[in-house]
Amino acid sequence: MAVGAEAIFGESLITTKLDSAISWARESSMWPYVFGTACCAIEFMSVASSKYDISRFGAEVVRFSPRQADLLIIAGTVSYKQAPILKKIYDQMSEPKWVISAGACACSGGFYDNYTTLQGIDSIIPVDVYVAGCPPRPEAFLDALLEVQKIQASQSLLEDRAKRIFKGVLDV
Amino acid sequence: MSKSFKEQFKTSYSVDAYGAFVLDKALIFKAFQTLLEEDNYTFLVDITAIDYLHVKTQPERFAVVYLLRDQNFQNLITIKTYIDSSLATQSVTPLFKSANWAEREIWDQYGIHFKNHPNLKRILNHKEFVGHPLRKDYPITQGQLCHQSDTLMDEMTPRLKSKGYTSHEDLMFLNLGPAHPASHGTIRTFVALDGENITSAVSEIGYLHRGFEKSCENHTYNQIIPYTDRLNYCSAILNNIAYAHAVEGILGVDLPERAKFIRVIIGELSRIIDHLVCLAAILVDMGALTNYWYLYNPREKVYDLLSKLTGARLTNSYMRIGGMSYDLYDGFEHDLKVCLKEIQQGVSDTLKLIEHNRIFHDRTQNVGIISKEDAINRGLSGPNLRACGVPYDLRVTAPYYHYETFDFDIALGSVGDVYDRMMVRFEEIKQSTRIIHQAMQRLPEGAICVQDHAISLPPKKEVYSNIEGLMNQFKLIYEGVKVPASEYYRAIEGGNGELGFFIVSDGSGTPYKVKVRPPCFYAMAAYPRIIEGSMIADAVLTLGSLNIIAGELDR
Ligand code: SF4
Repeated sequence: MAVGAEAIFGESLITTKLDSAISWARESSMWPYVFGTACCAIEFMSVASSKYDISRFGAEVVRFSPRQADLLIIAGTVSYKQAPILKKIYDQMSEPKWVISAGACACSGGFYDNYTTLQGIDSIIPVDVYVAGCPPRPEAFLDALLEVQKIQASQSLLEDRAKRIFKGVLDV
Repeated sequence: MSKSFKEQFKTSYSVDAYGAFVLDKALIFKAFQTLLEEDNYTFLVDITAIDYLHVKTQPERFAVVYLLRDQNFQNLITIKTYIDSSLATQSVTPLFKSANWAEREIWDQYGIHFKNHPNLKRILNHKEFVGHPLRKDYPITQGQLCHQSDTLMDEMTPRLKSKGYTSHEDLMFLNLGPAHPASHGTIRTFVALDGENITSAVSEIGYLHRGFEKSCENHTYNQIIPYTDRLNYCSAILNNIAYAHAVEGILGVDLPERAKFIRVIIGELSRIIDHLVCLAAILVDMGALTNYWYLYNPREKVYDLLSKLTGARLTNSYMRIGGMSYDLYDGFEHDLKVCLKEIQQGVSDTLKLIEHNRIFHDRTQNVGIISKEDAINRGLSGPNLRACGVPYDLRVTAPYYHYETFDFDIALGSVGDVYDRMMVRFEEIKQSTRIIHQAMQRLPEGAICVQDHAISLPPKKEVYSNIEGLMNQFKLIYEGVKVPASEYYRAIEGGNGELGFFIVSDGSGTPYKVKVRPPCFYAMAAYPRIIEGSMIADAVLTLGSLNIIAGELDR
């Protein structure tokens, strides 16, 4: 449901301008929550430190509370035991929110094709950008961030992301 | 040596083909008592089970294997007991606290029951899981959904009762993890708080259980190397070395001299970067962010070196059975020198900020103490044990790759608190640097792999020019290195302590079973007992100082 400015102005010129202004602000200051579970999280440490420096792209304010974050980065293997926790964290983030699935494990289970590893987190939560690699190089993390920014830029405020239809295996 | 044990149980044990003492399961507890109290076998290295479903020559389907070291850490003894169809045996937890979690793991993975165990429940798999995945008849890909996490009240309530709390009214319950910035990954500690004080704590692990051991049973020996990278991913190469070292032990091969020295150099470099991450992270936990940059940036430099050498930054898969994948590159020595210089700079910059810093001292000294005796009984090893003042370092007590000829010191603490654990790591960085310098000076020319084409891949030139080379390559890739039947344990000093592999081979190119002895596992088991009575903020630092790496912990 549209709230605030767009509720008042509808699809008029003012809203469109407002749209791009807000998108611009959003994309240049993403607040990531890093759901780091394994080796990929160690690579994220590099992304955050001086050499690769994620703050160049406005996303250095890493939040440890899902309620303060709008970008969920899953870096690492997610097991079946971990899955309900991932879902809870995703649910606790408020809209609009975006999800990066970083590394082979998060995307598909990676080379852990076995009894304990979830074969891709997209069976639990929706994913916006997938990153290949085991682990992805820091540049790949940054590339994914830019991809998310592009998605944001292309989406209008009027589009209600909360209405996306997604039903994962843990949704009843 | 195990004199009393041998005398008292002379008539009851037999020694199997691989040197293990086979005992009736009814005698296990008594035998352990003798070993512990009379022969001073104080350190329980590891316990595991074997499912002999596909081995017809064994008397029973299951066996439990125990590994023990004596108080000087010089002698290792293997005890084995067969489990009949009752699928139950006695617990040794009353004697060795370290057995607590190890036995739970066997129950979880193999379904073997331990009588008198204080709390026999699943540990790695979730509580909705049905079956025992490491049994040979459990299909590897059969995953099971988990809908809800364990409340852990079944462990918490008796724990509180033992401390005299009959009602929970004045207490606050809090979950630290499994998704918590201070939990360094996926570890969960459930605490009962009285104000800010932790009255009792329970830890739950297994959130990063990735089926390492089951995967090993489905891959050839060399294919397992990438899996070992991801155990302790902060020092991937040390895991490679530990695993290759164990397999080479069964094969009975000796590496060429150059290969040994390269393993020492790269292994010590891995140890350094492992310690760097640990120290950087704990300082962040303390609020000392500047030090993070000082310590992490040199690690980044080492990544550059490792990328040139192995092609990967973090998960290097550099070792192979019988050697390694590439020789050092031109200009390696220069790069190494630059790295070591930066590391030294980073360490001294950090120490300058904290060494005489009152806040740092107050936060770390006399916090998170574990005593010598307790640490040994709980199976701690590596820097965590050395911080208590126990000089146990496999590079010294059971030297490999000529470690006995290098001039270096064992860093020792005295109190066993957070401060000691950190300072031991700082010192070890210095000592490892010394070792690397010496090894570089002595580095001989020559081959980097054993010259046996049943083990190492032939040079590409031979593969393309003659049929024998082609066949060697084909057979090694398709069937794997053929490892003679054995049951064998061998360990090295990993970044976190005794890192060993217990391998059951059956003559084929795929292991029948691989069990890793993860140093973190035992440190983590001790953690809830260490933090009881301290404050929340101290619990965070204690966890950081034990350097728990989830990949290695949960496997
Ligand atoms: S994708 Fe690779 S590096 Fe990342 S968590 Fe999985 S195994 Fe580790």
